[in-house]
Amino acid sequence: MKKLIWFLSGLGCLVAAGGAQASPEDDRRSVVQAVQEKYPNIKVEDYVYGALAFSPDAKAQYDAVMTFPPYEAEIDKGARMWNTPFKSGKRYADCFPRAGKDVAGNYPMFDNAAKKVVTFEMAINRCRTDNGEAPYKHSDMNTMGLLTAYARTLSDGMKMNIKVEGKDALAAYEAGKRLFHQRRGQLNFSCAGCHINYVGSVLRTEYLSMAPGQATHWPAFRGGDYTLFTLQRRYAACHQMVRLVPLEIGGEEYNNLEYYHSYLSNGLPLKASVFRK
Amino acid sequence: MYQIPTPIRAAGACLILMAGFAQSVHANGPKALTGQELAFDNRKGNCLACHSMPSDAQAVTSTDIAPPLVSMKERFPERAKLYAQVWDATKAKADSLMPPFGKHRILSDDELNKVVDYVYGL
Ligand code: HEC
Ligand code: HEC
Repeated sequence: MKKLIWFLSGLGCLVAAGGAQASPEDDRRSVVQAVQEKYPNIKVEDYVYGALAFSPDAKAQYDAVMTFPPYEAEIDKGARMWNTPFKSGKRYADCFPRAGKDVAGNYPMFDNAAKKVVTFEMAINRCRTDNGEAPYKHSDMNTMGLLTAYARTLSDGMKMNIKVEGKDALAAYEAGKRLFHQRRGQLNFSCAGCHINYVGSVLRTEYLSMAPGQATHWPAFRGGDYTLFTLQRRYAACHQMVRLVPLEIGGEEYNNLEYYHSYLSNGLPLKASVFRK
Repeated sequence: MYQIPTPIRAAGACLILMAGFAQSVHANGPKALTGQELAFDNRKGNCLACHSMPSDAQAVTSTDIAPPLVSMKERFPERAKLYAQVWDATKAKADSLMPPFGKHRILSDDELNKVVDYVYGL
């Protein structure tokens, strides 16, 4: 029996073979492999470009915008927020290792004491409240959005490094995984239906990006007027598109979703803040 | 420095409308849509999100998700089979991406019949 299990897991068949639970690393590998098999010519590093990886024209437009991002003044606003001391005299930089450099790729992380997923936004709010300031609303793009538009640039190039360790962490990961794969609502879609099963296909006019890499490049400034979208605001937008009432930005369900979804991007480099259509 | 208009807008103004399934407001109130309109409209059938219709020049889409809707009478000698596919695609294929238009009341029975009539003519 042991031999059989070893043999099956070697083939990556264990999941299909029975109810055995896949580890997060198995999940990530099989999702990445599926994209690789479908698109052998796209380098895994390029998954961070998402839909742009399928369209040289769109990628060229992206590269042009990224040379002199027209939304740079917005990121500067975020930088001023980041550098302004709290009433306590401390700064955000005092709350994070390396003054906040190369940290964002560790989030979401699991807090085993609180038994909760902690997003980068939550860590920022924790810093605020520890220093006597009111927390920001995660859905407020004028505060939390702008602040992370800068704070995440400090982690540019860092590889996404999400850890799922222990039973409670795994439960949160599994909850996020269910949300990603479960079909819901009137239109009966799941995130996976579009971003795993139909990666690279065109939905009316839009290439569907691959799930791995999707969590690396936030916030994004989107469209003709460069509207700022955090990752969870993007979740809400996809939910809206498929006629589901979006869940709460910063709420536990989206936090768990972000935990699973970010795990799928492990090993890929972060980049803030990018342009997206 | 380039001034951008207030970048943060009400969440409603999402760009994914282009791709999509999002609702928008009808400018000229409710009026009965034709089968073709129902099939094209992204708040109704939105078939063009996933199907091309090579025999209808007005059907503009870049999609490659699902089989092109063409020669339908040959491929669906029984209209009922076509109706059943649009009513609930998950019956034929459990993990179908195609929304169950009848079963989930995305289209009313009248609308669904109009769409099927239109598609049957392709
Ligand atoms: C009906 C199809 C569909 C469903 C279902 C769907 N999306 Fe999307 N999603 C899109 C399209 C189209 C885009 C824009 C093109 C792209 O980047 O893939 C997009 C974009 C995204 C992006 C931005 C990618 C980038 O690089 O900028 C993320 C993140 C995302 N979706 C996550 C999700 C999540 C999480 C869910 C489920 C809650 C979901 N999507 C459900 C179609 C879908
Ligand atoms: C979100 C994607 C999507 C939408 C929207 C959609 N379909 Fe489909 N459709 C599919 C897929 C994928 C298939 C292939 C079979 C399967 O996977 O179920 C399919 C198959 C079909 C078939 C069978 C075709 C064949 O050659 O066997 C018909 C007929 C059809 N669709 C009609 C429609 C009509 C009519 C509409 C609009 C009212 C529609 N579809 C909307 C995805 C979609």
